[in-house]
Amino acid sequence: MFDPHVVREDFPILKRKVNDHPLIYFDNAATTQKPRQVIDAEREFYEEHNANVHRAVHTLSQEATDLHEGARKIIAGFIGAKEPAEVVFARGTTEAINLVAYSWGLRNLKAGDEILLSLMEHHSNIVPWEIVSKITGFTIKYANVKPDGTLDYTDLESKFSKNTKLACLSHVSNVSGIINDVKRVGKVAHEYGALMLVDGAQSVPHMPVDVRELDADFMAFSGHKMLGPTGIGVLYAKKVLLEKMAPFEGGGEMIKEVSFSPQNEQCGISWNDPPWKFEAGTPNIAGGIALAEAVNYLQNLGMSEVFQHEKALTGHAVEKMRNCCTKLELYGTTDASLKCGIIPFGVEGFSSHDVALFLDNYGIMIRSGFHCAQPLHQVFKLQSSARASFYIYNTKEEIDSLIEILKEMEQL
Amino acid sequence: MATVEDYVARVEGTCGAEKDVIVTFKYEKKQEALTRILKRATLKNNLQGIIYELTFEDISFRVYSSGKAIFRSVKNREELNRILAALLL
Repeated sequence: MFDPHVVREDFPILKRKVNDHPLIYFDNAATTQKPRQVIDAEREFYEEHNANVHRAVHTLSQEATDLHEGARKIIAGFIGAKEPAEVVFARGTTEAINLVAYSWGLRNLKAGDEILLSLMEHHSNIVPWEIVSKITGFTIKYANVKPDGTLDYTDLESKFSKNTKLACLSHVSNVSGIINDVKRVGKVAHEYGALMLVDGAQSVPHMPVDVRELDADFMAFSGHKMLGPTGIGVLYAKKVLLEKMAPFEGGGEMIKEVSFSPQNEQCGISWNDPPWKFEAGTPNIAGGIALAEAVNYLQNLGMSEVFQHEKALTGHAVEKMRNCCTKLELYGTTDASLKCGIIPFGVEGFSSHDVALFLDNYGIMIRSGFHCAQPLHQVFKLQSSARASFYIYNTKEEIDSLIEILKEMEQL
Repeated sequence: MATVEDYVARVEGTCGAEKDVIVTFKYEKKQEALTRILKRATLKNNLQGIIYELTFEDISFRVYSSGKAIFRSVKNREELNRILAALLL
């Protein structure tokens, strides 16, 4: 039986106070807290097994390599990849999407080609494509978002054409928490011969996600948003695509051979196999191992249970927030069944930063600003928004505390 | 001689279309900074001792008891530095 009060015992930081109040951490869409098991895994690697991976023949290197590749295998299993080779370690979602934009996009998208994004994308799923489009000349089309924050599927599907080569869509909006039907969009993309990239930064940590069930060609996500350390994330890609793609960065690890030819005074280079072809230089070994421990932790809880817990928290929060204050406005749909653990809101007469700083005074951490999704704020006609986002260790009692402080704020 | 840097840890633009500037005071100096600012600026509103709405030379800003201040519509960093110097030094 999933019990957040039991889960909380594993998180040392949740025992601290902020501004003389017990910490209530509602900024999980930005990054999550880490359980003791993850912290221990990273420390244990450095205390017991630290060495560089691959190539070296000594014992420590073999241990480090086994742990590093073992982590890849655990993560591959977690997302339903066919094999570990489909899991490329990156710094996070941003680097993973940049990898696709440069390694695949730069070579496969030309003038006349089109890609599809939506107006609810995080900047990390907009900016890399805008940069590469300026280099090769392809066109980016943006699917509309309805006033309630849900994706306009009719508009999106009308924007597919024979020239569409790629659709990129967040599985869950990092601002509204709305869950997008990426399987449906991927199916349409494939009918047009296009590929599907899923930004899984806000879905993989919070719900069961199976890349084969979704039939995603690419999926990116970050370790730090799912109990893991910062600086480690994943690009999932179908192996057939990784095999055809050019490397992203050059350096050690990603080559099979660099042979100098005295005749023409040039180096001949052959690439390593995927996934190592895309992992130039020494990887974040400890980060990958700790991320695998985070995956183990989540799997022990059960992703369906995690999802149900967050659904219950979202439903509770939406219901209470709708009815508690006249000056409090929830942005986007209030149908909790469409959402996953993220609630954007505002308090009349106050900026989002006022709200965040007022709550901070009571030890409640929320986000304020654009949340790296300025186009969606333009859709909502907002200067910025306050955002509460939940995770496995949050409780209904904490949400009730938030409501009480918001009620106080309304009286100011 | 005291400087603005003695009191200020960080100055950043806030995230959002407002283009406000957020000043974070050094933890050990935040109370002193708050006291000095309250003495020199005009208090428009005191919200539970948590948020203070103030004006100084037609610039409106808010100071928070947690040790931050958000300034609206300051022209540039030079103007902000001048205002902070007048408020703090």
